[in-house]
Amino acid sequence: MDTLSQSFVTALALVASFDRELSAIVLLSLKVSLTAVLIATAVGLPLGAAIAVGRFRGQQTLTVILNGLMGLPPVVVGLLVYLLLSRSGPLGEADLLFTPTAMIVAQAILITPIIASLGRQVVEDAWREHKEQLRSLGASDWRAALTLLWDTRFSLFTAVLAGLGRAAAEVGAVMIVGGNIDGVTRVMTTTIALETSKGDLPLALALGLILIALVLLLNAAAYMTRQWAARHYG
Amino acid sequence: MVLERRSLLALALGVTMLTAAGVRAQDRFIVVASTTSTEQSGLFKHLLPRFEKKTGVQVRVVALGTGQALDMARRGDADVVFVHDPAAEEKFVAEGYGVKRFPVMYNDFVLVGPKSDPAKVAGAKEALEALRRIEAARAPFVSRGDRSGTHAAELRLWQAAGVDLNKAKGQWYRDTGSGMGPSLNTAASMGAYILSDRGTWLSFKNRGELAILFQGDARLFNQYGVILVNPVRHPHVKKEWGQQFVDWLVSPEGQQAIADYKIGGEQLFFPNARG
Repeated sequence: MDTLSQSFVTALALVASFDRELSAIVLLSLKVSLTAVLIATAVGLPLGAAIAVGRFRGQQTLTVILNGLMGLPPVVVGLLVYLLLSRSGPLGEADLLFTPTAMIVAQAILITPIIASLGRQVVEDAWREHKEQLRSLGASDWRAALTLLWDTRFSLFTAVLAGLGRAAAEVGAVMIVGGNIDGVTRVMTTTIALETSKGDLPLALALGLILIALVLLLNAAAYMTRQWAARHYG
Repeated sequence: MVLERRSLLALALGVTMLTAAGVRAQDRFIVVASTTSTEQSGLFKHLLPRFEKKTGVQVRVVALGTGQALDMARRGDADVVFVHDPAAEEKFVAEGYGVKRFPVMYNDFVLVGPKSDPAKVAGAKEALEALRRIEAARAPFVSRGDRSGTHAAELRLWQAAGVDLNKAKGQWYRDTGSGMGPSLNTAASMGAYILSDRGTWLSFKNRGELAILFQGDARLFNQYGVILVNPVRHPHVKKEWGQQFVDWLVSPEGQQAIADYKIGGEQLFFPNARG
């Protein structure tokens, strides 16, 4: 109880003081996770739509695999990317280990299946409904997929937000490929893990509260954008 | 509609490329694989700004257990290692992964446990006796279990004390497989005994009912060393800047900076580069 109330006070004080170190950490968190979401969206949505609309062998297998990969453990993704980017690994020459870029890559891999999988479901449902209509208009599968992606964009939004939530919350992957280097690759979640291991539980929880508030704010902003867009373009 | 879709896509791509380009600005840096004890005790926050100001070389510290830190350097992912397990360090150099090992500083391990001290460790005359008392009382003991320097030291102590850990595992001996801080958190909530390095203990906040119960035995000596990763083995190692860091740590200036670091008036690390 005492720790909890102390955390709230610490969180408020941190936000109010506009701590420079904390702002840098928050900004890096946003940069890494938002970039990962952009990449995962650019890859995941077309992939999901292609699987939903396309007619090819192994379609169901691919669907099952994608669904399964939604549960990828962040630590495993982190390890995988670490071994790829390590100097002894195949991509070691790129010298990307322990950089924000490595963190972006790891998070993008982690959340692409989520966005692709949820996106596939949305597009598939719409495809079932509009299949005849689109076919009668003479649309190719590729064309149909694009049209459906655009028509279901508001539902797909939730898929993207699910990816963002996962990216912003994970610590296992960024810890391994980023190394939690002070001022270089330290983000919100790795800071929380660090403060927990230093035994400063009130500060760790305060940072957690700030992270939750931040994700809420992002979602609120996304929701309002969506509403606004729906009014103007819907 | 098509136009909007295109512009959205272009925007997304643009943002991605911008952020990707902005990430690798500073190039004058080295990566140091070190231990949680030096990072979490705040020593690096005290030392690094001085070194960086003098040389203009940024030091990026990745804090792991000693075993992991050495492995990371073996894979070529660090320029310098700064750890505390002399036996493992000598092996690292002997295998050709490191150029030369320099002793830098020392502090000591402390035996921490619940203030009620059910195993009566506080009355022990030497460290090995303290451990035997814990075994005799079958009092819970938390081990790092992560191949860190502290874990290696702990295992050596148990062996010297003649305690067979295989029998104890799963009973009073709990292996957490995590860093010093998380293990201390576990010990605090279990009321268990634990071996900690003094630096981490002094900076650790969630002590609960834990306190230092035994200290001061020569067997609890904790030596830190620094090694430049061998550029012959890993040609990309930034040997000049890495060597600068090694040289600075063992120089009178670096040694003084180490001695100056205190928490609550208590000195955490004692420089001993000159033997």
